[in-house]
Amino acid sequence: MPREELKQSGERQRQFLNGFAHHILVCTGLGCLHNDEIIRALGEVIATQGLEHHILVRKVGCMGLCALGPMVLILPEEISYQSVHPRDAAEIIAALGKEPVQRLLLPPNLPFFSRQQKNVLALSGRIDPENIDDYLAVGGYNAAITALTEMRPGDIVRQIQESGLRGRGGAGYPTGLKWSTVAKAPGSQKHVVCNADEGDPGAFMDRSVLESTPHSVLEGMIIAAYAVGASNGYIYVRAEYPLAVKRLKLAIREAKRHNLLGHAICGAAFDLNLEIRLGAGAFVCGEETALIESIEGRRGIPRPRPPYPAEHGLWGHPTLINNVETFANIPLIIERGAAWFANLGTEKSKGTKVFALTGKIKHTGLIEVPMGTTLREIVFEIGGGIPGGHTFKAIQTGGPSGGCIPAEHLDTPVSYESLNELGSIMGSGGMIVIDETTSMVEIVRYFMQFCMDESCGKCNPCRVGTAQIHGLLDKFCNRTATEADLATLEMLCQLVKNTSLCGLGQSAPNPVLSTLRYFRQEYLDRIVDPAPPHLENQP
Amino acid sequence: MTAQIITLTINGLQVSGLASETILQVARENNLPIPTLCFLEGLSTQGSCRLCMVEVAGSPKPQPACVTLIQEGMEISTHTEQLLHYRRKIIELLFSERNHVCAVCVSNGHCELQDLAREHGVDHIDFPYRYPAMTVDASHSRFVLDHNRCILCTRCVRVCGEIEGAHTWDVKNRGIRSLIVADFDTPWGSSTTCTGCGKCVHVCPTGALSEKGKSVAEMLKKRPSLPYLVANRTLEH
Repeated sequence: MPREELKQSGERQRQFLNGFAHHILVCTGLGCLHNDEIIRALGEVIATQGLEHHILVRKVGCMGLCALGPMVLILPEEISYQSVHPRDAAEIIAALGKEPVQRLLLPPNLPFFSRQQKNVLALSGRIDPENIDDYLAVGGYNAAITALTEMRPGDIVRQIQESGLRGRGGAGYPTGLKWSTVAKAPGSQKHVVCNADEGDPGAFMDRSVLESTPHSVLEGMIIAAYAVGASNGYIYVRAEYPLAVKRLKLAIREAKRHNLLGHAICGAAFDLNLEIRLGAGAFVCGEETALIESIEGRRGIPRPRPPYPAEHGLWGHPTLINNVETFANIPLIIERGAAWFANLGTEKSKGTKVFALTGKIKHTGLIEVPMGTTLREIVFEIGGGIPGGHTFKAIQTGGPSGGCIPAEHLDTPVSYESLNELGSIMGSGGMIVIDETTSMVEIVRYFMQFCMDESCGKCNPCRVGTAQIHGLLDKFCNRTATEADLATLEMLCQLVKNTSLCGLGQSAPNPVLSTLRYFRQEYLDRIVDPAPPHLENQP
Repeated sequence: MTAQIITLTINGLQVSGLASETILQVARENNLPIPTLCFLEGLSTQGSCRLCMVEVAGSPKPQPACVTLIQEGMEISTHTEQLLHYRRKIIELLFSERNHVCAVCVSNGHCELQDLAREHGVDHIDFPYRYPAMTVDASHSRFVLDHNRCILCTRCVRVCGEIEGAHTWDVKNRGIRSLIVADFDTPWGSSTTCTGCGKCVHVCPTGALSEKGKSVAEMLKKRPSLPYLVANRTLEH
């Protein structure tokens, strides 16, 4: 479809939407229960009162404040309702244009919303994820069209490099550098892969982006594929995300119909075919070489790197692998310029980052803040602090590969570097808040159980080492550990960290190491005294 | 294209090799031994046992010698105290994983794991034995698979797939529950793909795969007479 027709599609949708006096936006994210019933109830009330041409009920993506879901947003008044039940439908509709329903009203200027800076999530909860026209109506695919028709691939790569964007999947590798490596790698066939195998416990950033604005991810992939010269692409998404898969499939179909995928996209000499690959529930498949093995149809086990996928990836071809959130940032950078993005965040960590707030925190949900925001702002202002009169003990960032950061470091500005210095990692953006009722040793044992279960079993240090570390943590939890066990635990952590084959094993000891650093006393308190004589095991 | 010759130092000794060669190849060519377990010349490399890890100056973490290609000016150390410590601990981990009881093993005295333990002075194990309940598959008419002795090096999987072309063996489950299986997890004796060639038995470094009828310490692996591995090696060059 030529550029003009796409613009007309967007314009038609804008006019259609402007024809209604009120819009009722209902969150249809996976986390908000009852949303289908709410939509049905609203529809029934509207039908019985004959208001079909006056009020429009729209299914939208996640609004972020999952703790108070299901959320409903009234436009143009910008009134947000919380914890909405289907039986509230009549009351909500009766209040349109009048005084809002106080009982359901979300306090205006709640820091949860006012302190955020939404870029990737700007359209999340504002548009219908299942309707491409909704995305076109707000300027969607403009960046892709501009890139394909007005920019050379090299210019795009340079823009991304200048923006300072770093991979949002965990390691924070400079995105522009990765793109230029793939662009320069020799080979007529190249691939672009979206890593949507989000698997960290407590993390749901990518799921929400895919469920709320799937087209923004497709648009990022189209721009990336054009920039690096790829004609083939895969979205590797875990099968445990059925709604994301459904909406992605629909988005790909609609994009194809609009000639935004397929042959000669937007009239440019550029083809791109995108396919979905479902992950079968292995955490390690988020590791890029294991992901490649899995797409190729083999057991998802990592390969040694180098060679890196940028040079030798899918079927030996140069392959660009980026995370969902990384791709979702691309259209914004193309549209608003590298300088805009580079102005956000800290010196080395640019832009905004989406975090999933969970655990012992009042406002469980999804937030987006500029890099450099302090942990204190995230937990106490945006997150609303710890509920039930409890006190903050630690925040776990980066999932099972991350670490626990104690209260004395709450004023640390969040960036890739600062979290590394604290012995944790940015990771994909999961943040689990822990209060004083939780034992650090027990939470660490939980993470180690996760790593042990998810180890692929290929390399010895990770396969046996994580199991042995888990066994030692068991002893600490049962208060049967000795001083020798503590020494063995520390030694094993170093061994697994330094000799494992892939990132899973290399980072698996991080929760133990960070808690040994900040909460060592909890380990010492669980050592039985006096230590029993050390028994030597003969092989 | 002419082959690129690279010079580097290993343990202070100046050596040279082709750009396509690994650290392990160049080291062995120069009589500098590096211990290996998953590696077997003639089979594909996978860098999973982590025993051949060497230190490369400028690299923060040790690198597996069997899959790391040499680079100009590399300074490699193969036997630092840290590396010896890691190797010893990895061997200990392997002993702790399953039920390696040398005294009653068919491969006693002819076992690569045992040899490595002896070389590295593993006279005791710092980790608790896991003592998992493992099975023995003696359903094949000529061979036995004893999971108690398996270290998951996957030499059997690779030799069966890459040399014999049967792909009878593979790995099921993951992590600590990984297990070598025949076909779709059938008893070896009822495998429809196994040709009975016995290559897997002779590449197995431990007593996990053995010939029937062998008693303690009687199972000798006829590695030097495996001509197909050598042939494959020659083909590669």
